[in-house]
Amino acid sequence: MPEITGFAFPNDIHVHWSLMIVMYPYITGFVAGSFIVTSLYHVFGRQEFKPIARLSLAASFCFLLIAALPLQLHLGHPERGFNVMITPNFSSAMAGFGLLYSTYLVIVALEVWFVWRQDIIESARRSRGWKRTFYAVLALGTYDTSREAQEVDHKVITVLAGIGLPMACMLHGYVGFIFGAIKANPWWSSPLMPVIFLLSAAVSGIALLTVVYQAVSKMRRVPAEARLVSAMARWLWFFLILTITLELLEIIMLGYEKSEPWHIISELLTTRLEFSFITVQMIIGGLIPMILLGIVVMMNAYLHERLRNALSVASALLLLLQVFSMRWNVVIGGQLLSKSLRGLRSPYTPELFDREGVLVALALFITPFVLLWVFDRILPIYKPGEAERSPAGEAQARTDAARA
Amino acid sequence: MSEETRPAEGETAPCDAGRRDFLEQGIRLAGGAVVFLTSARAAASSAPSENPLSGGYDWNEHRYAYVIDTEKCIGCGSCVRACRAENDVPAGFYRTWIERYVVGPEGSFVDSPSGGIDGFPPAQTGIAATKSFFVPKMCMHCKSTPCVQVCPVGASYRTRDGVVMVDDKSCIGCGYCVQACPYGSRFLNPTTHTAEKCTWCYHRITKGLRPACVEVCPTGTRMFGDMKKEDDPVRKIIERERVGILQPHLLTEPQCFYLHLDKEVR
Repeated sequence: MPEITGFAFPNDIHVHWSLMIVMYPYITGFVAGSFIVTSLYHVFGRQEFKPIARLSLAASFCFLLIAALPLQLHLGHPERGFNVMITPNFSSAMAGFGLLYSTYLVIVALEVWFVWRQDIIESARRSRGWKRTFYAVLALGTYDTSREAQEVDHKVITVLAGIGLPMACMLHGYVGFIFGAIKANPWWSSPLMPVIFLLSAAVSGIALLTVVYQAVSKMRRVPAEARLVSAMARWLWFFLILTITLELLEIIMLGYEKSEPWHIISELLTTRLEFSFITVQMIIGGLIPMILLGIVVMMNAYLHERLRNALSVASALLLLLQVFSMRWNVVIGGQLLSKSLRGLRSPYTPELFDREGVLVALALFITPFVLLWVFDRILPIYKPGEAERSPAGEAQARTDAARA
Repeated sequence: MSEETRPAEGETAPCDAGRRDFLEQGIRLAGGAVVFLTSARAAASSAPSENPLSGGYDWNEHRYAYVIDTEKCIGCGSCVRACRAENDVPAGFYRTWIERYVVGPEGSFVDSPSGGIDGFPPAQTGIAATKSFFVPKMCMHCKSTPCVQVCPVGASYRTRDGVVMVDDKSCIGCGYCVQACPYGSRFLNPTTHTAEKCTWCYHRITKGLRPACVEVCPTGTRMFGDMKKEDDPVRKIIERERVGILQPHLLTEPQCFYLHLDKEVR
C-alpha cells in the first residue's frame, strides 16, 4: 500500500497509468522527432541534413511500427484494444488515435517506398531466386528508373514529407492533448501541454539521431560530417531552449498566479519529484546540455572535430534522459497528486518483470533498433559506395543542385 | 487394419465438412454483419422508447437525483459497508466513502481511514477545532460528465434516467475515465480489469427500491429521489433549498447535491 501525505481520495492512491504510458509518448516522440529531421532535408531542403535524411526516415518508420505496443500492453483488456479503431467514440480524444496512427503509418510507409524505390529495383535486378521475388514484390511491378520517373519520385517524396510533417506533429501533439485536456488534473490540464510534448519530441528525435548517426559512422568507419553535426547541435539547442522555456513557464505561471492547485503542485515538485524533475529534467538533462550545446553552437569554429562530436553526443544522451524524465514527471507525477488537492502518494516504482515493467520497457526501447538493423539489411540506408554514385543518389544530387 | 484406416476417414470427413461449414458460416456471418451494421443505428435510436426494460420499467419516466445532508452524517460507515456487500466492491477500492473534516482557524485536517468503512477512530489532528463534520462522497452522476466524454469506445454512458454507468463487456480498461473523473469516483477493478463506479444501485432502483447506501443510512443523510415525480422530497429539496455541488468550476453538472456544504470540501 502506498503511503499518503495529507489527504487523498481513497481511489486516488493507485497509479493506473504506469511505465507503459511513460514509454508511449517517449516512443511516439522519437517518431515525430525523427520525421522532423528527415523533413528538414526533404521539405525544407537543408542540404546539411542529406546524409541523415534516409536514416531518420527509417528510424521514424521503425519506432512507428511499435508505437502502439505500449498502449496495447497497458490495456486491461488488450483483446478489445482494436475496438478503439473499429467502434470509436469520437467525443474521446483517445478515439482519434486509430485514425491518426494508421494515416501516418501509410504516409511514412509510402515515403519509405518512394525514397528506396531505386534501390529496390536495383536489388530486384541484381539478385536471384527468392530474393529476386521478394524485391520484385516490394517494387510493386514498376521497374521504371528513367530520369522522368526519378523526378516524379522526388516530387512525390516532397509532397509526402509535406503531408507527413503536420501528421507527425498532430500524432504527437495529440499525445500531449490526451493529458492537457484532462481538467480534473491540474498538473496535466494546460493548453501548453501538447506544445511542450511536441517540442520535446523534436528534442528527443534530434538527440536520438545525433547518437545513432555517430554510432553508425563509427560502425561504417567513416568520419561524421562536421557540417551535419554542427547543424544538428544547432537545431537541438534551439528546440531545447524552447522546451525548457515552456516547461518552466507553465510552472512559473501557476506559482505567480497563486492558483488553487499551486500549493500541492509545488509540494509535488519539491518532494516526490525533486530528483526526477529538478535534478534530472531541469539540471542534468536541461541546464547542462544547454551549456554544452551552447559551446558547440557559439564556439563552433574553434572546436576540434572530436570535441564537437563528443560534446554533441554527451548532450544528446543527457537529452534522451531529459525527455524520458519529462514523460515520467508528467504521467507518473500527475497520478501521485490526489484530485483532492490535499495529498500526495508515495513515489511509484515500476516492477521489474511485470507486463508493464522495466524489462518490457527496455525491450520496447531496444526493439526499434533491431527493426532498424533489419530494415538496413533489406533496404540499405547507406550504400557501400556512397550514395552519390548510385542512380538514386545521382538523381538526388541533380535535384539538389537544381534546388541550390 | 480397420483401426488404422478409421482415423484417416475420420480425419478427411470432418475436414470436408469443416470447410463447407466454414464457408457457410462465413457467408452467414458476412450477411449478418451487413444486416447488423445497417440496422444497428436505427435500432439503437428506436429501441429504448419502444421496448422498456423488463418488468414494465421505462427509463423515460424517471430522472434520478441524490441529496446528501452533511449536517446529519455521523460517520458510522454503514453506507460504505452496505455498498461493499451489495455490489461486491473489491477491497481497497470504493464506490462510496466518507470523509472527516476537522477545521480550525489555523488550518484543516481531512481523513478517510479505509473510506470510513469501520467508522472513524478519534483523530489526533493537532488543530484547535472550531467545527468538525463528515461528508459522504460517491459518483456525482454528472450531466456533462468528463468520464463519458473521454471513453474511447463508448463503454461509459449515461442512461436516460440519469445514471452514469460502465458496460464491463466493452470496457477496454484503458483507465482514461479514471483519470478524467475530478471526484476520484472511479477505479479499475483488479479482477475484471474494467472501470467500475457507483451505479446508484441501478439493479435496485429500476425495481423501485432505493440504493443500498440510502437504505441503510440511519440518520437520513443520504436521500435518493426522482426529479420527474411531482411530490418527490428530494426534488423539493433541490428546487427549494440552497444546495451545493462539488467542484462547480469544472461545469460537470453533478446530479448529487449537498446541503450545508462547507468551503473546505472539494
